[in-house]
Amino acid sequence: MSVPDAPVLRVRGLKVTFATPRGPVPAVAGVDLDVAPGEVVTLLGESGSGKSVTARAVMGLLHPNAAVTADELSLAGDDLLGMSPEQLRSRRGRDMTLVFQDALSALNPVLTIGDQIGELFRVHRGLAKRAARAEAVELLRLVGIPAPDRRVTDYPHQFSGGMRQRILIAMAVALGPRLLIADEPTTALDVTVQAQVLRLLDRLRTELGMGVLLITHDLGVAAEIADRIAVMYAGRVVETGSAADVLDAPNHPYTEALLGSVPDAQAAGGELRAIPGTPPNLLALPGGCAFHPRCARATDVCRTDRPGARPFPDARTAACHHAEELRRVAL
Amino acid sequence: MSPSDEPILTATGLHKTYRASRSLGSRARVSAVDGVDLTLAAGETLGVVGESGCGKSTLARLLVGLERPDRGEVRFAGRGLGRARGAEARALRRRVQMVFQDPLTSLNPRLPVLDLVAEPLDVHRLARGAARRDRVAELLELVGLAPEMMNRYPHEFSGGQRQRIGIARALATEPSVIVCDEPVSALDVSVQAQVVNLLAGLQRELGIALVFIAHDLAVVRHVSHRVAVMYLGRLAEVGDVSTVYDAPAHPYTRALLSAVPIRHPRERDPDREVLGGDPPSPVTPPAGCRFHTRCPLAREVCGAETPVLRELGDGRVAACHFAETALSRA
Repeated sequence: MSVPDAPVLRVRGLKVTFATPRGPVPAVAGVDLDVAPGEVVTLLGESGSGKSVTARAVMGLLHPNAAVTADELSLAGDDLLGMSPEQLRSRRGRDMTLVFQDALSALNPVLTIGDQIGELFRVHRGLAKRAARAEAVELLRLVGIPAPDRRVTDYPHQFSGGMRQRILIAMAVALGPRLLIADEPTTALDVTVQAQVLRLLDRLRTELGMGVLLITHDLGVAAEIADRIAVMYAGRVVETGSAADVLDAPNHPYTEALLGSVPDAQAAGGELRAIPGTPPNLLALPGGCAFHPRCARATDVCRTDRPGARPFPDARTAACHHAEELRRVAL
Repeated sequence: MSPSDEPILTATGLHKTYRASRSLGSRARVSAVDGVDLTLAAGETLGVVGESGCGKSTLARLLVGLERPDRGEVRFAGRGLGRARGAEARALRRRVQMVFQDPLTSLNPRLPVLDLVAEPLDVHRLARGAARRDRVAELLELVGLAPEMMNRYPHEFSGGQRQRIGIARALATEPSVIVCDEPVSALDVSVQAQVVNLLAGLQRELGIALVFIAHDLAVVRHVSHRVAVMYLGRLAEVGDVSTVYDAPAHPYTRALLSAVPIRHPRERDPDREVLGGDPPSPVTPPAGCRFHTRCPLAREVCGAETPVLRELGDGRVAACHFAETALSRA
């Protein structure tokens, strides 16, 4: 990879804590992230790892019961934390956009697709109705909707799940965002349609030069299009690196265990190496490293001292006391 | 125990349609399962794969007798599930059990685990009092849960543990067949593997035959001896997992396998075939071969004549006019 461009998204020390009747829940407990223009960074984790909360914190879309703090949270150099709600709102939908898992509930059922996409151009660009409609048709063509000039007058329920996800992506890229956040964009889709949508995202980030933060629980999705991967566990990033490095030779035991627990469609049976136990309860996190009760490599230090993220020379980081052991095994 | 050749469950010519919603007109019907023939040998695991709307969940419900087919028949050890009445029907149902996708919605939240797991014992009058409690403890141990947990309620368990409860319930009547409908797809990746290993272990130790229905092709390959691929209510291809996965004979199987996410970035291939479009609506399925509208090998005959499942000589059957062509390209 060449010298990375200045990041479109820079996150340092992001913390999100929810106030709940049962006490404060530290959903995100200190996350660092960078996304460069044209780059796909995958935030990989299981339910409750804090990956979606991280995305919503960046977008400024969390409920008021969430306390968000960070040392830095900036979009193309502009500080997002200091912005007023109005300033943030004008950035959302234009400079940074979000694609959800559930395309049907993200679209307005009583407006045609043309009106919904056109609205973006009317509100943000001040285009007249006819011009906005023409832009909408072009966008539908860009994301591969067949016969876009005819389909533009259809309603969301008239499209299949995959087509609806394409429409959401069209709306997300309509105004040329610097950053697109896609939260499990293919999880509700069938595998053949997922392949189409991933291919579309991959093409658009190159054509439009936008940074993509892709949130997924699926190692396969990360393997398909990620340039870099950040693995999350219990509200923290436990490992980062290029997709090839992380999937080849994980530096964190959680990543290693996750890779071992996924069956392979190209190879037969045998026992899967399951990870014992369950993902932790954020209200009662274990002391030390949050993964230690499930970790095959855990020693005494893991139960008492929480490991910080340490950088390694190959542009990787790992938050594990035993990262060197894993790195040695990999060699 | 290795799978035997004796079929324990046989489905012949299963058809099932449902009335579509009123807005589509009262006569519109969804063709969910359209002429499915399957056999399940004692002790084997048969995987069923396909995309949403392909009819795999309907097939599951037909196989356990939760739904009656419009036409066709399911037979257990030679006896028809549909014809049996009274005590015989109960006895048959005891032998074929089901595990559902979402254990949170399939377990009654007001019952403690003891009563949830004992419910099949009560229905079939298999155990009472202390014996009932002992049997539940035994079943919980079998699925890797501590017997002390039997007084707790479903919400006190994690997703993986709830699925273990669902499996314990299915095992209670000592079935010969368990039909699992997407048993791990609601679980986190790290927990999926635990449940997959549990099912595979139970199958080996108890010799239960499993029908494992899932959209995840990797999981299905992992657990199954044979696999059936479904598309829009029909079987596209059935055979040994390695035969089908290594050299698919139906163009749909081929497309499905090609769409499975890769394991590593080095496998990225910009020229990889990606199937276009979406599955057509099962309310108005295409004539002839139902896959012909998306098939790269389709010719005129495919839109006119429905291909039947035919033997390809390697212990597998496929429903494609051009299966030999597809195979030669594999």
